[in-house]
Amino acid sequence: MIGQVLAVLAQMMLVLLLAPLVTGFSRTLKARLQTRRGADVFQPYRDLHKLLRKDMVIPETASWIFSATPYILFVTTLLTGLLIPTASARAPLSLFGGVLAVVYLLALGRFFLALGGLDTGSSFGGLGSSREMTIAAIAEPALMLAVFTVALGAGSTNLSTVAQAALGQSWRFLAPPQMLAFSALFIVLIAETGRIPVDNPATHLELTMIHEAMILEYSGPYLALIEWSAAMKQLVLMTLLVNVFFPFGLSVSWSAVTLLSLVLFSVKLLLLAAAVVLVETTNAKLRLFRVPELLAVAFVLSAIALISTFLF
Amino acid sequence: MWPTRDLYIAGLLAYALGIAGGLVGHLTKRTRSWIPGLLCLFSLAGALLEFAAAAGALFTSTELSWSLASAIPYLSYTVRLDPLSAYFSLALSLLAASVSIYSFGYIARSAARRRPGLFCFFFNLLLLSLTLVFTASNILFFLIVWELMVVAAYFLVVFDHESTEARKGGLLYLLMSRGGSGMMLIGFLLLASAAGSLEFAALRGVGQNLPPVLGGVAFLLLFLGFGVKAGIIPVHIWLPAAHPVAPSNVSALMSGIVIKAGIYGMARVFFDFYGALPVWAGIAVLVIGVVSALLGVLYALMDHDLKRLLAYHSIENIGIILMGFGSALLFRSFGHPQLAALALIAGLLHTLNHAVFKCLLFLGAGSVLHATHTRNMEELGGLIRRMPSTALYFLIGAIAISGLPPLNGFVSEWFTYQALLAGFGATPTLTRLAFPVAGALLALTAALAAACFVKAFGITFLALPRSEEAERAQEAPLSMRSGMAILALACVLLGVGATWFLPVFDPITSKAFGIAASRDLVAGNGLLLTPGSLQSGSVSTAMIAVLLIALGAVPLLLWLVWGRKTARVAGPAWDCGLPGLTADNAYTATAFSKPLRMIFAVLFRPRREIETEFEVSAYYPTAIRFESEIQPTFEKLIYTPLREGVLALAARMRRVQAGSIHLYLAYIFVTLILLLLFGVRG
Repeated sequence: MIGQVLAVLAQMMLVLLLAPLVTGFSRTLKARLQTRRGADVFQPYRDLHKLLRKDMVIPETASWIFSATPYILFVTTLLTGLLIPTASARAPLSLFGGVLAVVYLLALGRFFLALGGLDTGSSFGGLGSSREMTIAAIAEPALMLAVFTVALGAGSTNLSTVAQAALGQSWRFLAPPQMLAFSALFIVLIAETGRIPVDNPATHLELTMIHEAMILEYSGPYLALIEWSAAMKQLVLMTLLVNVFFPFGLSVSWSAVTLLSLVLFSVKLLLLAAAVVLVETTNAKLRLFRVPELLAVAFVLSAIALISTFLF
Repeated sequence: MWPTRDLYIAGLLAYALGIAGGLVGHLTKRTRSWIPGLLCLFSLAGALLEFAAAAGALFTSTELSWSLASAIPYLSYTVRLDPLSAYFSLALSLLAASVSIYSFGYIARSAARRRPGLFCFFFNLLLLSLTLVFTASNILFFLIVWELMVVAAYFLVVFDHESTEARKGGLLYLLMSRGGSGMMLIGFLLLASAAGSLEFAALRGVGQNLPPVLGGVAFLLLFLGFGVKAGIIPVHIWLPAAHPVAPSNVSALMSGIVIKAGIYGMARVFFDFYGALPVWAGIAVLVIGVVSALLGVLYALMDHDLKRLLAYHSIENIGIILMGFGSALLFRSFGHPQLAALALIAGLLHTLNHAVFKCLLFLGAGSVLHATHTRNMEELGGLIRRMPSTALYFLIGAIAISGLPPLNGFVSEWFTYQALLAGFGATPTLTRLAFPVAGALLALTAALAAACFVKAFGITFLALPRSEEAERAQEAPLSMRSGMAILALACVLLGVGATWFLPVFDPITSKAFGIAASRDLVAGNGLLLTPGSLQSGSVSTAMIAVLLIALGAVPLLLWLVWGRKTARVAGPAWDCGLPGLTADNAYTATAFSKPLRMIFAVLFRPRREIETEFEVSAYYPTAIRFESEIQPTFEKLIYTPLREGVLALAARMRRVQAGSIHLYLAYIFVTLILLLLFGVRG
């Protein structure tokens, strides 16, 4: 029982503390690839710390939804972080919700974030909400089909079971269904975390913005919670990809060995983040109405992945 | 011993008193303010008694049946409370109770106030006939109370008969229902011919005795016939026309439970009258389910009439229910009773869940309508400040219908996903591909539903009021708020307490498949929901709810450490530095759904027209007129040709009806001769 609680707390701290680091690493690497110097990898921590101590301006037109949104977003995202396996294949709370719960908890956060965008009455907020919900909706079939492929391979929607099944046959990621499902989920990852070519996280005042448009009216601690949630969501999705497709080195329980696998896990995460950054720097942002085509590619990939489970 | 039978009869009597009282009130032309209150009290009493009866029948797993003979051949007034009937009665009486409470305040403020007696007459008649529809157990008796329900609902839809929209919607509803009843009648008679009896009890498993072709025809006729009532695509077109125009408490009942009469009929036919059906039947139901779900939500997204949007969502949710039913049929065909039970439970649970949250949402829409006198979302906005309770209840309904945890919509959608997932491994051949594809489209449907309810809630309740009516809106009275509060509470309880509710399905699945599934679906001391075994996945809505609250400690801690010294300042919205934010700046429902209108342009075929008036240059317009509409595909491709065909045929038939009484007598004579010849030959 005590061990359980400790594992939950350990994983919570891991998710909370690792998330800004991955974001910082992405930003630094992106800057270097663009031959800029950029801030160091710890800048997001400083940003959060500063935002938490700042005063807030709440728009007069906003209702309680505006104020509740940061908390709900933060709490739902943090909970998904506890449901997924991170450094150990056994997630402390994985029994309380498998991959479907993770997807739908993230959707709950998004639901409120979109309402928060609409709440102030500013047209930018509405624009962001509309686009966010649209892209999330059309990314969903590809996501769910890829999830089905993985879940069918492991015979379970429980993420710990999925990770352990993957661990049992570490080289399975070379199998065509797994590779195709990974490619599909990689595209979904880019869309869900709002990276180029779908959305640009570095933009703050452009008509192309999606995520940033929704949170335009937020400031101070609320903005800190939202930024932190975005970082955690990225971490959660990346962790899923890493642990489901490349599980080697995952420890099967929480023990001293976990520290070693933690290092390995972080390395894998950073490699995946580097891959995302590479895509970001080598591609231009797509027009909004070209994004469905990209996501259709993801859907086709996951459909082929599923059909090919017949063959291999 | 629970007095189920007495409670049931007492409930019917209470409704009957409401009917009689309504008639007396109407004929004596009393419009005193206490009349509707008194009559709502009757329906409330009836609902509570029926609730107790249904709950008793369900939890004690007793099956009650009693019968009154009649003078008419084949007709017997047989009433049976078997588990399936009791389950639907439970849903009905829960909704009827909350709508009755809501109606205390609502009738005095709606079109019904001018003839409250008549309104309560039809209202109680609808409840009485629905109760009988769910419990009647003789084909003729069933069809009679079914028609009674259709007619009562029709008069309630056209209650505001001065509006052309209401009359048109009501007529369409009546016509489509007639068609549906016709198909049901033929299907029932085919089944009855195999059973040699009109009693439901004798029809059990009788579908197998028919030759395969006739059995298939009867199945399709009954599926489509009940499908008209349920609102499946392509026989759905009456639903978005009739539901929005009815008084809102009636819309809530219609979308909540009247369309579920169609689902009840299907469940009765699929899982009681038929044994294992051929594979195509399951595929047909699954495909119709997927199509209804997806198209329902897509049309909902394009609609900016708050009540019509909700009506389209009924089509969507009927589709989700049918995905469960279709999978259950397939599993039974392939001999997997465990999985069939899982899929049937998914469908039935979603039936109740949808009844609860759709009723809640329609009542919320009714409060908005009564406060602002408009259903057009583009003229609403900012209502969360003027109507905080209604907004909260509507938000709970919106989260539930979007299938988000930890509320009830999530639970039934989770079971549906699990059934579809299991289908891939449990079925041979290419049929198995139907399951994951259905799952992916269910995911798309659910995500679009979430988008649609961000729109519905965000545009209606958030931002700034877009019209004077919205600015002056008043919160609904206590009775209306209480009606909504009950349903909102039910949404939360059915979500968080799902594991404790599941045993309700045991008698139903034992009767259909011989399996009591709830024990396998619950694990971890009643905390976890599983699709049959812990190994294949689990979820706990209760723990998710607890953890969401507990994790609130983290932001609290952050606030304690750093945030305490920060100040919250209210200021104008930044809006990228543009001063003077007005309602004209706020996003509209049309704008919100624009990206999806563009992406699914193949389906919608949107048309838009922009006219600009200017004096000096086009860059300085004095007025802009914008018009945008989408093509009603089904109406254009199916119903317009159908209507024209019928009218052309009728024009030709007019020659037969020449108006001469001699000719008519000749017709009767010829018919008589023919019938006599037919009789002699037989």
